[in-house]
Amino acid sequence: MNIKTPAKAGTMESNDIYVMVKPNDEGGIVIDLESIVMKQFGKQIEKVILNTLKDLGIDNIYVMAKDRGALDCTIQARIETAVKRGM
Amino acid sequence: MERLRRTMLFMPGNNPSMLQNSGILGADSIILDLEDAVSITEKDSARILVRNAVKNIDFYDTELVVRVNPLSSDFGMEDVDVIGRAKPDVLMIPKATEEDIEMVCEILTKIEEEEGFEKGSIKLFPLIETAYGVENVYSIIQSSTRIIGILLGAEDLTADLSIKRTREGKEIFYARSKIATACRACKVDAIDTPFADMDDLEGFVADIQTAKSLGLTGKAAINPRQVDTIHEVFAPSKEEITHAQRVIYAMEEAKKEGKGVFSLDGKMVDAPIITRAQNTIIKAKLAGLI
Repeated sequence: MNIKTPAKAGTMESNDIYVMVKPNDEGGIVIDLESIVMKQFGKQIEKVILNTLKDLGIDNIYVMAKDRGALDCTIQARIETAVKRGM
Repeated sequence: MERLRRTMLFMPGNNPSMLQNSGILGADSIILDLEDAVSITEKDSARILVRNAVKNIDFYDTELVVRVNPLSSDFGMEDVDVIGRAKPDVLMIPKATEEDIEMVCEILTKIEEEEGFEKGSIKLFPLIETAYGVENVYSIIQSSTRIIGILLGAEDLTADLSIKRTREGKEIFYARSKIATACRACKVDAIDTPFADMDDLEGFVADIQTAKSLGLTGKAAINPRQVDTIHEVFAPSKEEITHAQRVIYAMEEAKKEGKGVFSLDGKMVDAPIITRAQNTIIKAKLAGLI
């Protein structure tokens, strides 16, 4: 499944994650992540984003995310919101 | 009274930082707010965030309440459906009417069946904040056994009545009394409206004392700083606890001697005094004071 339009969710506040999504015409999932805890948790955050997209049935998408120390359940919520807004 | 509900602390539903820390702030209940604290453009976002928070975050012993949007709005019904499936302890229903409660109960019963939750396990807390709500509070409480308490919302109520909200709160005397009496009659909690001025400690304490004196059993808070003050005012004093313990002891001694009526410190003790003493002991035990 693909999203139709660019959309965003979340904020740049502490413990949140700001997410922008747009259709990926070249196909596949591309994640561009920045995080204040990139060294410690970068891979884990990418995994959470990827799994959330899979659960939502999304195959083609470009995700730009700026993490401010969000918990996994917050990352999942912001990704889900952005995807649903882009549908 | 199953649990202590002296404070119910509001937390904005779209703020992850506040949500994840709300279980450690000392309030008896926290209210994750999807209504007034969330802008109209973020209702979808807050609903998903709160759903995930209810499912994943440890709130320890704090009672977890979610205030949904009014059922008459574009968001209320979806809030009930989505949040109900995450199974918070309680849903708070703004501007509640008997019809609203019936409608929510129908949805919750369906959710409980589908998700395998215990029937009737999601409780309700109607928010009384209209003239209609105040005049019909008893009937609203009676409309479902899920209801465990009522919260008075004085800002919306005074707006509905087209009257001014004041520091002293004389304008809500009737609503407070009516809600306290109806709640007591139905054995549910009566929670007072929040006090908005964070810099007016004297006015805040007086406001809690007024609510307590009229029979309200707790107070809503809008800032964690308000929690301890509310607990202090609502806790039974040392003197009240000692007196209650002496009444209970004297009652037990009188029973042993086969006396129906007895006196303590030269004053006759009858049923209402014993009931008050028993209530004080229950409150003190719940608050961990004895």
